[in-house]
Amino acid sequence: MPVTTADTPTASVASKKQKPGGTLYRGNEGMWSWVLHRITGVAIFFFLLVHVLDTALVRVSPEAYNAVIATYKNPIMGLGETALVGALVFHALNGLRIILVDFWSWATRHQKLLFWVVIVVWVVLMLGFAPRHLMNVFAGAHA
Amino acid sequence: MSTTYRMSAIEAPGTKRRRTNWEKYGWMFMRFSGVLLVALVFTHLFSNLLVGDGIHAVDFGFVGGKWASPFWQWWDAALLWLALIHGTNGMRTIVNDYTKPGALQKALKGALLAAAVALIVLGTLVIFTFDPCPVGAPADLVPSFCHA
Repeated sequence: MPVTTADTPTASVASKKQKPGGTLYRGNEGMWSWVLHRITGVAIFFFLLVHVLDTALVRVSPEAYNAVIATYKNPIMGLGETALVGALVFHALNGLRIILVDFWSWATRHQKLLFWVVIVVWVVLMLGFAPRHLMNVFAGAHA
Repeated sequence: MSTTYRMSAIEAPGTKRRRTNWEKYGWMFMRFSGVLLVALVFTHLFSNLLVGDGIHAVDFGFVGGKWASPFWQWWDAALLWLALIHGTNGMRTIVNDYTKPGALQKALKGALLAAAVALIVLGTLVIFTFDPCPVGAPADLVPSFCHA
Protein backbone atom coordinates (compact mmCIF):
# COMPACT_ATOMS: atom_id res chain seq x y z
CA MET A 1 0.00 0.00 0.00
CA PRO A 2 1.47 3.44 -0.91
CA VAL A 3 2.06 5.86 1.94
CA THR A 4 -0.42 8.75 1.83
CA THR A 5 0.06 12.00 3.72
CA ALA A 6 -2.50 14.51 4.88
CA ASP A 7 -1.45 16.80 1.97
CA THR A 8 -2.74 14.55 -0.79
CA PRO A 9 -5.85 15.96 -2.50
CA THR A 10 -8.00 12.89 -1.75
CA ALA A 11 -7.32 13.03 1.97
CA SER A 12 -7.97 16.76 2.37
CA VAL A 13 -11.18 16.68 0.31
CA ALA A 14 -12.41 13.71 2.30
CA SER A 15 -11.69 15.38 5.63
CA LYS A 16 -13.52 18.58 4.61
CA LYS A 17 -16.59 16.84 3.24
CA GLN A 18 -17.09 14.23 5.89
CA LYS A 19 -16.54 16.17 9.10
CA PRO A 20 -17.00 15.45 11.92
CA GLY A 21 -17.33 11.71 11.54
CA GLY A 22 -14.73 11.06 8.85
CA THR A 23 -15.08 7.61 7.41
CA LEU A 24 -16.58 6.17 10.59
CA TYR A 25 -19.78 4.33 9.76
CA ARG A 26 -22.62 5.57 11.87
CA GLY A 27 -25.57 3.31 11.41
CA ASN A 28 -29.12 3.57 12.61
CA GLU A 29 -31.46 1.02 14.19
CA GLY A 30 -30.07 -1.79 12.02
CA MET A 31 -26.51 -1.28 13.22
CA TRP A 32 -27.35 -0.88 16.89
CA SER A 33 -29.55 -3.98 16.91
CA TRP A 34 -26.63 -5.90 15.35
CA VAL A 35 -24.13 -4.52 17.89
CA LEU A 36 -26.40 -5.32 20.84
CA HIS A 37 -27.21 -8.78 19.46
CA ARG A 38 -23.51 -9.59 19.22
CA ILE A 39 -22.53 -8.21 22.65
CA THR A 40 -25.46 -9.87 24.45
CA GLY A 41 -24.76 -13.14 22.59
CA VAL A 42 -21.14 -13.26 23.75
CA ALA A 43 -22.15 -12.46 27.34
CA ILE A 44 -24.80 -15.20 27.37
CA PHE A 45 -22.33 -17.70 25.85
CA PHE A 46 -19.76 -17.23 28.61
CA PHE A 47 -22.42 -17.39 31.31
CA LEU A 48 -23.69 -20.63 29.73
CA LEU A 49 -20.23 -22.22 30.04
CA VAL A 50 -20.12 -21.33 33.77
CA HIS A 51 -23.74 -22.30 34.35
CA VAL A 52 -23.32 -25.85 32.97
CA LEU A 53 -20.26 -26.32 35.20
CA ASP A 54 -21.96 -25.02 38.37
CA THR A 55 -25.03 -27.18 37.74
CA ALA A 56 -22.78 -30.22 37.16
CA LEU A 57 -21.81 -29.96 40.86
CA VAL A 58 -25.12 -31.71 41.74
CA ARG A 59 -23.26 -34.84 40.61
CA VAL A 60 -20.44 -34.15 43.10
CA SER A 61 -22.37 -33.62 46.35
CA PRO A 62 -25.33 -31.63 47.77
CA GLU A 63 -22.85 -29.60 49.84
CA ALA A 64 -20.69 -28.64 46.82
CA TYR A 65 -23.72 -27.57 44.77
CA ASN A 66 -25.32 -25.57 47.60
CA ALA A 67 -22.03 -23.80 48.40
CA VAL A 68 -21.61 -22.56 44.81
CA ILE A 69 -25.29 -21.71 44.29
CA ALA A 70 -25.16 -19.67 47.52
CA THR A 71 -22.90 -17.20 45.69
CA TYR A 72 -25.74 -16.56 43.19
CA LYS A 73 -27.93 -15.35 46.08
CA ASN A 74 -25.52 -12.54 46.97
CA PRO A 75 -27.06 -9.08 46.17
CA ILE A 76 -24.21 -8.13 43.82
CA MET A 77 -24.73 -11.36 41.88
CA GLY A 78 -28.47 -10.58 41.95
CA LEU A 79 -27.79 -7.35 40.06
CA GLY A 80 -25.61 -9.32 37.63
CA GLU A 81 -28.43 -11.83 37.10
CA THR A 82 -30.81 -8.97 36.33
CA ALA A 83 -28.36 -7.65 33.74
CA LEU A 84 -27.92 -11.16 32.32
CA VAL A 85 -31.68 -11.66 32.00
CA GLY A 86 -31.88 -8.22 30.37
CA ALA A 87 -29.24 -9.29 27.83
CA LEU A 88 -31.02 -12.59 27.25
CA VAL A 89 -34.47 -11.03 26.77
CA PHE A 90 -33.02 -8.54 24.26
CA HIS A 91 -31.20 -11.33 22.37
CA ALA A 92 -34.41 -13.40 22.29
CA LEU A 93 -36.66 -10.56 21.09
CA ASN A 94 -34.15 -9.24 18.54
CA GLY A 95 -33.57 -12.81 17.33
CA LEU A 96 -37.30 -13.10 16.64
CA ARG A 97 -37.09 -9.73 14.84
CA ILE A 98 -34.23 -11.07 12.67
CA ILE A 99 -36.30 -14.13 11.75
CA LEU A 100 -39.29 -11.95 10.79
CA VAL A 101 -37.04 -9.63 8.74
CA ASP A 102 -35.53 -12.67 6.96
CA PHE A 103 -38.76 -14.47 6.09
CA TRP A 104 -41.50 -11.80 5.83
CA SER A 105 -41.24 -8.94 3.32
CA TRP A 106 -43.43 -6.60 5.41
CA ALA A 107 -40.99 -7.02 8.31
CA THR A 108 -38.03 -6.42 5.98
CA ARG A 109 -39.51 -3.04 5.01
CA HIS A 110 -40.34 -2.18 8.61
CA GLN A 111 -37.18 -3.46 10.34
CA LYS A 112 -36.59 -0.05 11.98
CA LEU A 113 -40.08 0.00 13.49
CA LEU A 114 -39.58 -3.58 14.68
CA PHE A 115 -36.37 -2.53 16.49
CA TRP A 116 -38.43 -0.08 18.57
CA VAL A 117 -41.08 -2.75 19.12
CA VAL A 118 -38.27 -4.95 20.51
CA ILE A 119 -37.18 -2.12 22.83
CA VAL A 120 -40.75 -1.52 24.10
CA VAL A 121 -41.44 -5.24 24.69
CA TRP A 122 -38.04 -5.53 26.41
CA VAL A 123 -38.95 -2.67 28.78
CA VAL A 124 -42.33 -4.27 29.57
CA LEU A 125 -40.83 -7.72 30.25
CA MET A 126 -38.02 -6.26 32.37
CA LEU A 127 -40.55 -4.24 34.39
CA GLY A 128 -42.17 -7.58 35.13
CA PHE A 129 -38.96 -9.46 35.91
CA ALA A 130 -36.60 -7.01 37.61
CA PRO A 131 -38.73 -5.91 40.61
CA ARG A 132 -39.76 -9.50 41.38
CA HIS A 133 -36.20 -10.84 41.13
CA LEU A 134 -34.62 -7.94 43.04
CA MET A 135 -37.20 -8.29 45.83
CA ASN A 136 -36.27 -11.98 46.09
CA VAL A 137 -32.56 -11.12 46.10
CA PHE A 138 -32.67 -8.25 48.60
CA ALA A 139 -35.36 -9.71 50.89
CA GLY A 140 -33.01 -12.53 51.85
CA ALA A 141 -33.88 -16.16 52.40
CA HIS A 142 -37.44 -16.84 53.56
CA ALA A 143 -36.66 -20.32 54.81
CA MET B 1 -4.89 -2.82 -1.32
CA SER B 2 -3.60 -5.71 -3.33
CA THR B 3 -3.94 -8.30 -0.58
CA THR B 4 -6.61 -10.89 -1.23
CA TYR B 5 -7.87 -13.09 1.53
CA ARG B 6 -9.10 -16.59 1.00
CA MET B 7 -12.74 -16.34 2.02
CA SER B 8 -13.83 -19.21 4.18
CA ALA B 9 -17.46 -18.40 4.84
CA ILE B 10 -18.68 -16.94 1.54
CA GLU B 11 -18.00 -18.53 -1.81
CA ALA B 12 -17.49 -16.55 -5.01
CA PRO B 13 -20.74 -16.00 -6.96
CA GLY B 14 -21.43 -18.63 -9.55
CA THR B 15 -19.24 -21.22 -7.90
CA LYS B 16 -20.48 -24.67 -8.87
CA ARG B 17 -20.44 -26.99 -5.92
CA ARG B 18 -21.76 -30.43 -5.24
CA ARG B 19 -20.65 -30.24 -1.62
CA THR B 20 -23.16 -29.80 1.18
CA ASN B 21 -23.80 -26.11 1.86
CA TRP B 22 -23.07 -26.22 5.61
CA GLU B 23 -23.34 -22.45 6.00
CA LYS B 24 -26.94 -22.58 4.77
CA TYR B 25 -27.85 -25.28 7.29
CA GLY B 26 -26.02 -23.33 10.01
CA TRP B 27 -28.05 -20.24 9.11
CA MET B 28 -31.29 -22.22 9.25
CA PHE B 29 -30.29 -23.91 12.52
CA MET B 30 -29.72 -20.52 14.20
CA ARG B 31 -33.31 -19.51 13.35
CA PHE B 32 -35.07 -22.78 14.21
CA SER B 33 -33.10 -23.29 17.43
CA GLY B 34 -33.61 -19.61 18.25
CA VAL B 35 -37.40 -19.96 18.27
CA LEU B 36 -37.21 -23.13 20.40
CA LEU B 37 -34.70 -21.51 22.77
CA VAL B 38 -37.01 -18.55 23.42
CA ALA B 39 -39.65 -20.98 24.75
CA LEU B 40 -37.13 -23.22 26.56
CA VAL B 41 -35.20 -20.38 28.23
CA PHE B 42 -38.20 -18.25 29.22
CA THR B 43 -39.83 -21.27 30.89
CA HIS B 44 -36.50 -22.10 32.58
CA LEU B 45 -36.27 -18.54 33.98
CA PHE B 46 -39.92 -18.46 35.02
CA SER B 47 -39.88 -21.77 36.92
CA ASN B 48 -36.47 -21.16 38.54
CA LEU B 49 -36.45 -17.42 39.29
CA LEU B 50 -40.04 -16.12 39.42
CA VAL B 51 -42.04 -18.89 41.12
CA GLY B 52 -42.08 -19.02 44.95
CA ASP B 53 -38.95 -17.63 46.61
CA GLY B 54 -37.14 -17.33 43.27
CA ILE B 55 -33.41 -17.83 43.42
CA HIS B 56 -33.50 -18.44 47.20
CA ALA B 57 -35.38 -21.69 46.56
CA VAL B 58 -32.64 -23.02 44.26
CA ASP B 59 -30.53 -25.66 45.99
CA PHE B 60 -29.73 -29.37 45.69
CA GLY B 61 -33.22 -30.35 46.88
CA PHE B 62 -34.83 -28.05 44.27
CA VAL B 63 -32.81 -29.54 41.40
CA GLY B 64 -33.42 -33.06 42.72
CA GLY B 65 -37.16 -32.38 42.82
CA LYS B 66 -37.16 -31.07 39.24
CA TRP B 67 -35.03 -33.84 37.73
CA ALA B 68 -37.11 -36.53 39.42
CA SER B 69 -39.44 -35.87 36.48
CA PRO B 70 -38.38 -37.03 32.98
CA PHE B 71 -40.20 -33.96 31.61
CA TRP B 72 -37.73 -31.55 33.20
CA GLN B 73 -34.77 -33.86 32.45
CA TRP B 74 -35.58 -33.73 28.74
CA TRP B 75 -36.46 -30.02 28.92
CA ASP B 76 -33.05 -29.20 30.37
CA ALA B 77 -31.29 -31.62 28.00
CA ALA B 78 -32.89 -29.86 25.00
CA LEU B 79 -31.90 -26.51 26.51
CA LEU B 80 -28.32 -27.72 27.03
CA TRP B 81 -27.84 -29.07 23.51
CA LEU B 82 -29.59 -26.28 21.60
CA ALA B 83 -28.10 -23.42 23.66
CA LEU B 84 -24.53 -24.74 23.40
CA ILE B 85 -24.74 -25.44 19.66
CA HIS B 86 -26.48 -22.09 19.00
CA GLY B 87 -23.97 -20.20 21.18
CA THR B 88 -20.92 -21.97 19.78
CA ASN B 89 -22.03 -21.38 16.19
CA GLY B 90 -22.58 -17.70 17.02
CA MET B 91 -19.07 -17.48 18.48
CA ARG B 92 -17.75 -19.20 15.32
CA THR B 93 -19.36 -16.44 13.24
CA ILE B 94 -17.62 -13.83 15.39
CA VAL B 95 -14.26 -15.62 15.01
CA ASN B 96 -14.79 -15.68 11.22
CA ASP B 97 -15.52 -11.94 11.29
CA TYR B 98 -12.53 -10.80 13.33
CA THR B 99 -9.72 -13.21 12.38
CA LYS B 100 -7.99 -14.15 9.13
CA PRO B 101 -7.75 -17.79 8.10
CA GLY B 102 -4.69 -19.25 9.81
CA ALA B 103 -3.37 -20.83 12.96
CA LEU B 104 -5.09 -18.39 15.35
CA GLN B 105 -8.47 -18.87 13.71
CA LYS B 106 -8.06 -22.66 13.78
CA ALA B 107 -7.05 -22.54 17.46
CA LEU B 108 -10.04 -20.39 18.42
CA LYS B 109 -12.50 -22.61 16.54
CA GLY B 110 -10.84 -25.70 18.02
CA ALA B 111 -11.27 -24.26 21.53
CA LEU B 112 -14.94 -23.48 20.84
CA LEU B 113 -15.61 -26.99 19.53
CA ALA B 114 -13.77 -28.61 22.45
CA ALA B 115 -15.69 -26.52 25.02
CA ALA B 116 -19.06 -27.27 23.40
CA VAL B 117 -18.45 -31.03 23.10
CA ALA B 118 -17.08 -31.27 26.66
CA LEU B 119 -20.02 -29.38 28.18
CA ILE B 120 -22.68 -31.22 26.15
CA VAL B 121 -21.25 -34.59 27.20
CA LEU B 122 -20.78 -33.50 30.83
CA GLY B 123 -24.23 -31.88 31.07
CA THR B 124 -26.06 -34.81 29.46
CA LEU B 125 -24.33 -37.30 31.78
CA VAL B 126 -25.17 -35.14 34.81
CA ILE B 127 -28.87 -34.84 33.87
CA PHE B 128 -29.40 -38.55 33.21
CA THR B 129 -27.09 -40.18 35.81
CA PHE B 130 -28.07 -37.76 38.60
CA ASP B 131 -28.99 -39.39 41.94
CA PRO B 132 -31.35 -37.12 43.94
CA CYS B 133 -30.82 -39.23 47.10
CA PRO B 134 -27.04 -39.85 47.36
CA VAL B 135 -26.07 -42.40 50.03
CA GLY B 136 -24.83 -40.70 53.20
CA ALA B 137 -26.00 -37.19 52.24
CA PRO B 138 -27.43 -35.09 55.11
CA ALA B 139 -31.21 -35.53 55.31
CA ASP B 140 -31.92 -31.78 55.30
CA LEU B 141 -30.14 -31.26 51.96
CA VAL B 142 -31.91 -33.87 49.81
CA PRO B 143 -35.44 -33.71 48.31
CA SER B 144 -38.24 -34.67 50.73
CA PHE B 145 -39.18 -37.78 48.69
CA CYS B 146 -35.83 -39.36 49.69
CA HIS B 147 -37.20 -39.95 53.21
CA ALA B 148 -40.28 -41.84 52.05
